[in-house]
Formats: sequence, structure tokens, C-alpha cells
Amino acid sequence: MEQKTKVNAEVGKQEILITRKFDLPLELLFKAYVEAELLQEWMGTKVIKLEAKKHGAYQFETTDKDGNVMLRSTGVIHDLIPNKSIIRTFEMENTPFPAQLEYLDFEKIDQDKSCLKMKVVYKSTAIRDEILKLPFTFGINMAHNKLESLLKN
Amino acid sequence: MKLRRDVFQAIADPTRRIIITMVAMQGMTPKAIAENFDSSRQTISKHIQILAECEILHQEQKGREIYYQLNPNGMKEIAEFIEPFRKMWDERFDKLEDVMKKHQSKK
Repeated sequence: MEQKTKVNAEVGKQEILITRKFDLPLELLFKAYVEAELLQEWMGTKVIKLEAKKHGAYQFETTDKDGNVMLRSTGVIHDLIPNKSIIRTFEMENTPFPAQLEYLDFEKIDQDKSCLKMKVVYKSTAIRDEILKLPFTFGINMAHNKLESLLKN
Repeated sequence: MKLRRDVFQAIADPTRRIIITMVAMQGMTPKAIAENFDSSRQTISKHIQILAECEILHQEQKGREIYYQLNPNGMKEIAEFIEPFRKMWDERFDKLEDVMKKHQSKK
């Protein structure tokens, strides 16, 4: 079966292409990106600020169960064309990773289907590779911790 | 257990990336690879060795010469590194789809 989400990261390039086909009409897909309440629901983060317009900005916060801020991400919206495209920056505060540039292109496939093409440009190839590796490393650590707790008991 | 080198570390170096690109087009001898660089034969040979250890390149003997070629399985390993990243996005987008489908049916 064809994968719904595709990631293309060419060796030696400082960008990543993420493509996803949705069983959603284009307008609905776009709405998920511009309405704070909806964005909050699918991203699982608190939306502190979302000015979904050209020259706008946004700020998200992820908190743990005690309300401590775990991660704060911010960015500016360089351009936004409804149901077509968003160009924005993204930065995770309190991390060593520099801001990245994101191009989001929303395309209609048919009445009920749409596609999102996301091109993320990083400061360097080394940083791109670090970020690519994060979920991989995290997975290893998780497995390691699990093993450790199993051995302890 | 032998600790293998990190594939990402291998491809992080610009010289090694050029070597990968060159070898991807055609198999090359270490000498032919080194001729494309100003660095010493030893330096390039070290880079080739690292790429070979990571199984990004593999050797093929043709007569008296050794040719280096791209090992597609080595590159597949890089793809496997990416898989958890892809999965993270896949799950996030699945959630988006769910949330929006519910939102649509509410109207």
C-alpha cells in the first residue's frame, strides 16, 4: 500500500520534503492550520498566539501535566494565501536548533481529497541531519529506558 | 559487539558527500577518486574507508584494480533512520485528519 506520508531527505541537502495526502477537502485541510482551536487539538499544543495572515506570527506551548512549559515554539508567518500556501519560520525555543523556514503548499486532488507539500529548509545539512535523527534517537532511548526498568525489576 | 560507525556521521562530511555523488554515477578506483581532490591520497583513502565501514560503499575487484561502488543497502539504512521521523509526521497528520473529520460532521 502506498504510504500516505512521504519524507524525502536527499543526502547532502539542507532541506526535507514532507508530502501527505488527506481524505479531506482542501478547505478543511487548510482550516486545520489557521484556526487556533483546531490546530491546538491535532498538534497537542497550546496555541498562545496565532495570527494567520501575511506578516502574522504564532506561538505554541507544550506543557506537562503539572503545567510546566516543556517546549515553546514560535515563528512568523511570512505569507499566507488561503487554501493555497503558507510560508513561515519555525523555532523551538530553549533548544540549540536554529530557526527553520517552512513552505507549505496545499493542493486539491478532488472534492474529498487534498495534498500537503511541506518543504523545510534548515540552517545547514548537519542541523537537518540532527533533526531528522531526533525521533530515531528518542526511540532508541525509549527502548533503552524500558529495558533498563525491566532489568531493575 | 562491534560498534558500527554512525551513517549520519559518515555523510555529514562534505568530502565524503562528494565521493558518494561521484561513485553513485559509476564505480571508481581509489586513485580515480583521489584525483578529483586537492587533499592527499591518504586523506581520501581514509574517507573511503569510513564510507566502506558504514557500508555506504562496497568494493569490487576488477582484474588488478579495486573499484568502489555505492551500496544501495547502505543508503537504505539512512532511509531507516528517517523512518521514525516519517512515522512521527504520519501520526501527527492522522490526528489532523481525525480532528477535521469530526469537525466536518459537527456542522
